[in-house]
Amino acid sequence: MNDGKNRAWTLARLALTLALAVGFLWGGYALLRSYQGSKLLLTLIAVCWGVGSVALLYFVLNEAAEALPRKAKALVLPLVFAGPALVLLFWFLVFPTLRTLVLSFMDATGTGFAGLDNFKFAFTDPVMREGFLNNLLWLVAGTGATVGLGLLIAVLADRSPFENVFKALIFMPMAISFVGASVIWKFMYAYKGEGTNVTDIGLLNAVVVAFGGQAQAWLLLPFWNNFLLILIMVWLQTGYAMVILSSAIKGIPSELLEAARVDGANEIQIFSKVIVPSIVGSIVTVSTTIMIFSLKLFDIVRVMTGGNYGTNVIANEFYMQQFTYGNSGRASAIAIVLLLAIFPVLAYNLKQFSERKAFR
Amino acid sequence: MRTTTKIIVALIAIALVAVPVFADPLSDAMAGKYKGTTISMAGPFTDNDAVKFNASMQAFMNRTGIKVEYEGSKEFEASIAIRIDGGNPPDIVDFPQPGLLENFVKKGKVIDLNKVLDMKKVKANYIQSWLDMATMTGPKGKIMAGVWGRVNAKSLVWYPKKEFDAAGYKVPKTWDEMLKLMAQIKKDGDTPWAIGIESGAATGWAATDWIEEMMLRTTSLENYDKWVTGKLKFDSPEVRKAIAAMETIWFADGMVYGGRKAIATTSFGDAPKVMFDTPPKAWLHKQGNFITSFFPNNLVAGVDYDFFYLPGLDPKYGKPALVAGDIYAMFNDRPEVRALMQYFATGASVEGWVRAGGAISPHKDSRLEWYANDVERKVAEVIQNATAVRFDGSDLMPGAVGAGSFWKEMTAYVSGSKTLDQALKAIDASWPK
Amino acid sequence: MKAIRQGGGPGTAATVLVTVILAFIALAWTLPSFGVLVTSFRDSKDIFTSGWWTVFPHEAWMKTGEIAVDPSLDLDGEFEMEGSRADFPTWRTGVETKPGRLLKWYGNKRTRKVEIFEKRWKGFAANLTLENYANVLAAGEIKYKDANGDVISRQGNNFADAVLNSLAVAIPATVIPILIAAFAAYAFAWMEFPGRKITFIIVVGLLVVPLQIALIPVLRDFMKLNLNGTYLAMWLAHTGFGLPLAIYLLFNYISQIPRELLESAFLDGATPFVIFTRLILRLSVPALASFAIFQFLWVWNDYLVALIFLGDKNRVVTSALAAMVGEKGQDWHLLTSGAFLSMILPLAVFFALQRFFVRGLMAGSVKG
Repeated sequence: MNDGKNRAWTLARLALTLALAVGFLWGGYALLRSYQGSKLLLTLIAVCWGVGSVALLYFVLNEAAEALPRKAKALVLPLVFAGPALVLLFWFLVFPTLRTLVLSFMDATGTGFAGLDNFKFAFTDPVMREGFLNNLLWLVAGTGATVGLGLLIAVLADRSPFENVFKALIFMPMAISFVGASVIWKFMYAYKGEGTNVTDIGLLNAVVVAFGGQAQAWLLLPFWNNFLLILIMVWLQTGYAMVILSSAIKGIPSELLEAARVDGANEIQIFSKVIVPSIVGSIVTVSTTIMIFSLKLFDIVRVMTGGNYGTNVIANEFYMQQFTYGNSGRASAIAIVLLLAIFPVLAYNLKQFSERKAFR
Repeated sequence: MRTTTKIIVALIAIALVAVPVFADPLSDAMAGKYKGTTISMAGPFTDNDAVKFNASMQAFMNRTGIKVEYEGSKEFEASIAIRIDGGNPPDIVDFPQPGLLENFVKKGKVIDLNKVLDMKKVKANYIQSWLDMATMTGPKGKIMAGVWGRVNAKSLVWYPKKEFDAAGYKVPKTWDEMLKLMAQIKKDGDTPWAIGIESGAATGWAATDWIEEMMLRTTSLENYDKWVTGKLKFDSPEVRKAIAAMETIWFADGMVYGGRKAIATTSFGDAPKVMFDTPPKAWLHKQGNFITSFFPNNLVAGVDYDFFYLPGLDPKYGKPALVAGDIYAMFNDRPEVRALMQYFATGASVEGWVRAGGAISPHKDSRLEWYANDVERKVAEVIQNATAVRFDGSDLMPGAVGAGSFWKEMTAYVSGSKTLDQALKAIDASWPK
Repeated sequence: MKAIRQGGGPGTAATVLVTVILAFIALAWTLPSFGVLVTSFRDSKDIFTSGWWTVFPHEAWMKTGEIAVDPSLDLDGEFEMEGSRADFPTWRTGVETKPGRLLKWYGNKRTRKVEIFEKRWKGFAANLTLENYANVLAAGEIKYKDANGDVISRQGNNFADAVLNSLAVAIPATVIPILIAAFAAYAFAWMEFPGRKITFIIVVGLLVVPLQIALIPVLRDFMKLNLNGTYLAMWLAHTGFGLPLAIYLLFNYISQIPRELLESAFLDGATPFVIFTRLILRLSVPALASFAIFQFLWVWNDYLVALIFLGDKNRVVTSALAAMVGEKGQDWHLLTSGAFLSMILPLAVFFALQRFFVRGLMAGSVKG
């Protein structure tokens, strides 16, 4: 009897929360659609409604799942937790990717079947081959420098009295919009030519000339210009590596470090024997994301050199094929190749994942 | 029940829409029939250009009560492709490159103007070559893909008039006179030309303009047309000859401010600025009439700067003019949109812009007295007086060439990272089959 | 305190060395941005004619007079002035005839004019202006008269409005993906369910998908749902595109939470929801904060997604800036000042969230 009453009560409560939730969602939506008043208020309402709805969604779903019998609950609960994420991922990324896969076998306008032509292009065209080599450079040099510097700064900052100041300065480039960053680096590498009456406005050339060197067209230097572009990514992304690694270092229990010191380890030993092993997971995470970022990256190249002078990268070719040349077939094939290229990078992550045990 | 209602409504709608085909939507609009409707437009105009465009639309909006909302974007190429393919095209799109428009014509996304506009009026208001350039092939055959709203003349050489006159230089009328002037400037210790082709992702287009000018001046119009449509290879004696003519200016020692490498690294918009330093660091700059908006603000047309027509190399090929322009294409068929498209085919649509400066009207019913100053009027005259008008070839070529390999390979060649041979072969190889 | 506890006293050689190295890196990192900050205060014409560092006091050649050259002087080959011989190009770049006195030919040979320069100290350039900022911030159409009285007009931005729009987009588009991703990361890390591994592989693989391929299909869906142009569309899009990284980052953190910590809670009979809200979220604060920073920055600086899903009516900061800068990006003076204005808020977010990166969050809990 008591059990049945409880059950009824739970159901009633559930129905009520559900009704409230729907009311909140719909009411907020309707209000936002029709609202005409002050912009500031609108912004506030929009923010509260958006964030509130999602929190409410989880609360209601969980209530519903908890009301289920034990067996069903074990199955449904993970769905409640991971479900919303999966729905969004399928909608925004998985289905578009499948569509791209289909398009990669179609011709330029996406209407006729083209077989493997687009993939043949993606692997044999000289432009693409140049892109693969450059991407390799970005992958190795870019990721290495970014993660290395990020780690160095994170470790050093941890023991500096001015930690926050330094971290903020290194982080600053991340806050700059891409348009801003491109202007900054155009000023760095600017080359005004040689001959009479030429004044340099580029900092790098001014420095070189001040030390008695010859002004250079930096972005035209074969091969090395890639590194100058990579430097921009390093400048932009080191803040990211630093923030993640720094928060990982903060997670190392102080007891561990102190114990090592008591044992007489020096700072370098502490770094290599204590700090690095403790944060190796985060180092892998950061390296993976930066590798992926460097594979996807195209805007630095696009703005600085337009992919000229031997600096083209695959993602830039994707953008050109898709939007400038209007060839969705080739663009799709390039996107698929990019997707495949990342699998070796993921292998390590997945190995780690397989070794995990979950709670039942 | 509901389906039948829908069918009936649809039939009525078709009937209603079908009728105005035979009436003139523009006069209906002028009579205020579409008052309160809104037309969305998208294109690459931002900043100054957007202000001038909106100003020139004001007369139309006041008269008809139709609201025209123009959305200019710097990422125009990408955003328009996504919006059209995603099923959310603006009503009218303004394309600075007909090649880009052709991408969408091929996919069958563009409305054939032959079916919706009063084409008799449209045809009467343009010279034939503009109409030809607006005719494109879609999946269902040839269509009239758009109307030309604004054009630019490209064959112009700008110079700092005040200093130029003070130095006692004379405007050259022929190619030989220009060569003499260049030699004189060099002898006086200066660099004659200011050239820059950097333009971010579009780097190289200014170089292709030069090659097109030289093609028009060193070979026949037939060959130019064949070249633009891919029937004449880049790796051919004709194209090589044109490039050789360009090289005499571009790569000759002391001929270009900053030297060969600086051509590639100097932004096309910054290049002419050195002509207005005191004293001028360079004296000549070939570019379309739009370049005046990149000149320093305080300069006066006709006093501080002026231009001359880039002379023909060989009298045999006459006085050709290279032009470019904006073509408006229609993506949603509604009566008010038809009215605006019809309006774009009249000189009145661009009159405000012409008066404000920076635009040349391609319409026959526009008048020379609209132009803001003598310099702009002279630009219009260059187009009128030309023995032949040809559109910017790279804008007509397929995107993969005209906005891709042609720009890129010429940049590689100018910067010295590829030989001419390699560059020409690479362009030929990239031409879509 | 924490730093001192670790690396010895503040005055030790190690700390000084650390600070010096960091200061050096920080300087190198800041210099480019600093150059732009200076540029954003410069006159639009100066930007192209001299380097930004010239606004600082430095010793430079200053023009002190000029000489008219005898018209009969032969300028071909080498010729002599004030006792020095050189050819024309050399005279044109300048010849130091006496220490501290430089003669420089003005213009081409026809001018017959030589300018005298002397080395002087140059103070702060007076030619700095706030006008660039005023123009960026102005609403409506800006009209100003140039030297000749011609009216030049350009489109102003309603910058304050754009900031509000950006906030309305960025705050939920930061919080929502974090919440959704944290739930999902918890499920992947600590819950058993069929298809767990393959789903995780998909999630991580999606990191590499360029969002450009998703724009067309998503736009179609939004059109069908009549969502285009709403904040909701932007939140959904940014959440969808940001989720792979969010799940991946948070998974790596949440999965490393010591097992013992959660075990006791489970034994006490707490539901997963309670464990998640009471334990996981609290312990993951540093990871949540760092992802919040990145997601906020990404959304704040995004232009393409806003352009397509939000359109022109609810302009965000990036669209406002892009619209103001000319078609070909020639207005560097506006670009630089706009770039700085748009940086202020993301930096504030960084500073606000930085205090969550604290040591010992987990260590403390192990004991408790």
